[in-house]
Amino acid sequence: MSFVEYGDTIKDGDTAIVFLGHESMFPVKVQHGSVTQTKYGVIRHSTDLIGKKYGSKVTCSKGGWVFILHPTPELWTMNLPHRTQILYSTDISIITMMLELKPGSIVCESGTGSASLSHALIRTVAPTGHLYTVEFHQQRAEKAREEFREHGVEHLVTVTNQDVCKNGFGVSSIADAVFLDIPSPWEAIGHAKSALKAEGGRICSFSPCIEQVQRTCLALEESGFTEINTLEILLRVYNVRTVSLQIPDLGKAAEDNSSPGFDSGSPSHQGSSCANLQPGTVQFKSGVPLREVVGHTGYLTFATKS
Amino acid sequence: GHGGGPSARIREGDCAVLKRDEVFKAVSVLPPRKIIFEKQWFYLDNAIGHIYGTTFEVTSGGNLQPKQEVEETSTETKEAGTDNRNIVDDGKSQKLTHDDIKALKDKGIKGQEIVQQLIENSTTFRDKTEFAQDKYIKKKKKKYEAVITIVKPSTRILSTMYYAREPGKINHLRYDTLAQMLTLGNIHAGNKMIVVETCAGLVLGAVMERMGGYGSIIQMYPGGGPVRAATSCFGFPKPFFDNLHEFPLSKVQSLLSGTFSTETLPAEPEENALVEEESNGLSEEKQSSLQEAEEDPAPEAPMDINPTEEQDTMDISAEDVEFKENKEKENKENVREKQMKQWERRKKLKEAAALLREKNADGLIVASKFHPTPLLLSLLEFVAPSRPFVVYCQYKEPLLECYTKLRERGGVINLKLSETWLRNYQVLPDRSHPKLTMSGGGGYLLSGITVVLEKGKSDSSNSEALKMEEPSSKRCKLQDLPC
Repeated sequence: MSFVEYGDTIKDGDTAIVFLGHESMFPVKVQHGSVTQTKYGVIRHSTDLIGKKYGSKVTCSKGGWVFILHPTPELWTMNLPHRTQILYSTDISIITMMLELKPGSIVCESGTGSASLSHALIRTVAPTGHLYTVEFHQQRAEKAREEFREHGVEHLVTVTNQDVCKNGFGVSSIADAVFLDIPSPWEAIGHAKSALKAEGGRICSFSPCIEQVQRTCLALEESGFTEINTLEILLRVYNVRTVSLQIPDLGKAAEDNSSPGFDSGSPSHQGSSCANLQPGTVQFKSGVPLREVVGHTGYLTFATKS
Repeated sequence: GHGGGPSARIREGDCAVLKRDEVFKAVSVLPPRKIIFEKQWFYLDNAIGHIYGTTFEVTSGGNLQPKQEVEETSTETKEAGTDNRNIVDDGKSQKLTHDDIKALKDKGIKGQEIVQQLIENSTTFRDKTEFAQDKYIKKKKKKYEAVITIVKPSTRILSTMYYAREPGKINHLRYDTLAQMLTLGNIHAGNKMIVVETCAGLVLGAVMERMGGYGSIIQMYPGGGPVRAATSCFGFPKPFFDNLHEFPLSKVQSLLSGTFSTETLPAEPEENALVEEESNGLSEEKQSSLQEAEEDPAPEAPMDINPTEEQDTMDISAEDVEFKENKEKENKENVREKQMKQWERRKKLKEAAALLREKNADGLIVASKFHPTPLLLSLLEFVAPSRPFVVYCQYKEPLLECYTKLRERGGVINLKLSETWLRNYQVLPDRSHPKLTMSGGGGYLLSGITVVLEKGKSDSSNSEALKMEEPSSKRCKLQDLPC
């Protein structure tokens, strides 16, 4: 296993994802002799995990069971230990596409933070690209290095512990793309420009506040960046539910007790998606929005150096 | 490596994209051909040899000239009003007439100078606020200063272009939705992917870009052959196609039941496939226009597309067909070559079938005009456990059904039905706000992860899985009923 290459079976040293149920999972480091506690009982790595196929159902000591999943950057994002606020897959998706990343791309990033985006970037630029990530917090930088080693991607990433606004990315004229997620990105635009290849490249800056975006856009324009574009992306998740609505009694039930007039003859009537199981109600499938959703993560500002 | 940045220079025969403001158009760089873009015509001769990303001015005679960096000559002290209480719209503020402007244009005066003249001859310009002046200049520049940037094609550019120009051809798959698909599907180098799409080959191209020529792709196609008009706009190097396989959807059941054989295939001469491919494209268009006719009387109206331009966009595919037609004629003359082709086709089909039979694909991407449920129920058989799958649909309802059927089938977890909203912003000093318009819909995604499917006792495990993942139906009924 590695985060950039699928494997079929679980091996000693792998990072696997234990899936307990809807939105309930956690990562586990697979080790001979090790055990993991879940609410369904104990998982013994040597007998329950190692040698099994990824995607298998594993029965725990109390008789309950879990699925063991192959790690991906997306599963890691949902389960990683937070050292900072992180970027989630919705923003990561549009960042990756708008920066035009692909195998072979050279990317600069700051800050590394909890390395949520870093894993996704590495996955996309592998096997011939490289990520240069800069983190001014020493422990975070060290922790990220350790994770990259454990996840089998250390050869694809260089972590530098310095202040990107003062010292830049530690490389010049080699990047196809730069990503900034720092409090004052406008102070790093000059360094970003010199990190990008002479013939050009793309940049993205993530900021929660519009005032930060304003200053960043000004700095980008002053540095000669073009195609400056700010956007925001929001995820809406729907729960699939069967809903039944009661038919109001308008006093004419006595004559027509088979089905309500408006519904008869409708094609969905025969399908399982819409039926009157109980008299006086209609059932249908609905995609129901969650009661509370993320309304704002940050503004994404993109630009081109040409 | 296969990667590399936007460094390359424009060469003859390249697939390139023209850009003016937010409008894109894909072209192939063939010097003798006249290009019409945004009501302007020109030749690409002079662009050859320049770096991608260069901005050109259109000069008389349709030549392209790299745009010189001009210093803004607004050193003079600016005069501006503070509000518009005294500005009256009498239609007489511009002293230049239409004929005057036309005369300027005919004289070959540069757009920049025309804009300057318009400003000087506007009686209200100096009374406008600074912001209004800015806006006025921007508007006039857009109209009279013809600059065109030539950029390298990418998923970013082509998906934006298709969504703006020909959304019907890609089932209204918005670019941010496509971006989600690539991430949710964990598309990367080395994968063995199954792709089903009727998005003109855009989704296939996006997957190919992310795989960078490493790994393999099996494209499952309806009808006589896969449509790859958009794929060809990416300008991928030849090796990218070495591990691109194709398999007809109509043979999926026989492959699953074990009765598949290339020998049972009707002799499929190349022409048949081509004719079908073409008519397929046509009927597709007709269908969608019929479908949308009632709800959407003039869907493309605000997109600033004129018919001649539309035709021009089809340059590449039209040329493709012409090329193949010529090929056909040769084939007819040479029967042996034809047989060789067929033999080759069968060989490729066998290879694709063998790849599918391994049932170890690393993911499944579906973005088509078809109902997703039957596709998913059959094609998931070919996917290894613990791998992601993503289905796009323009409409939410079919995905609700697909969700339910997948739950009944089992072998999948972490099912998620989602949609993204995209909002663009104007960011200017003291004038920042969301853009006036945003897309009303970019489609829906159903994604999930495969797991080992336990046959036999699937019933009991399913009910358990349901309990585990979905809140009890009683509770949600209470929640969803209006009080």
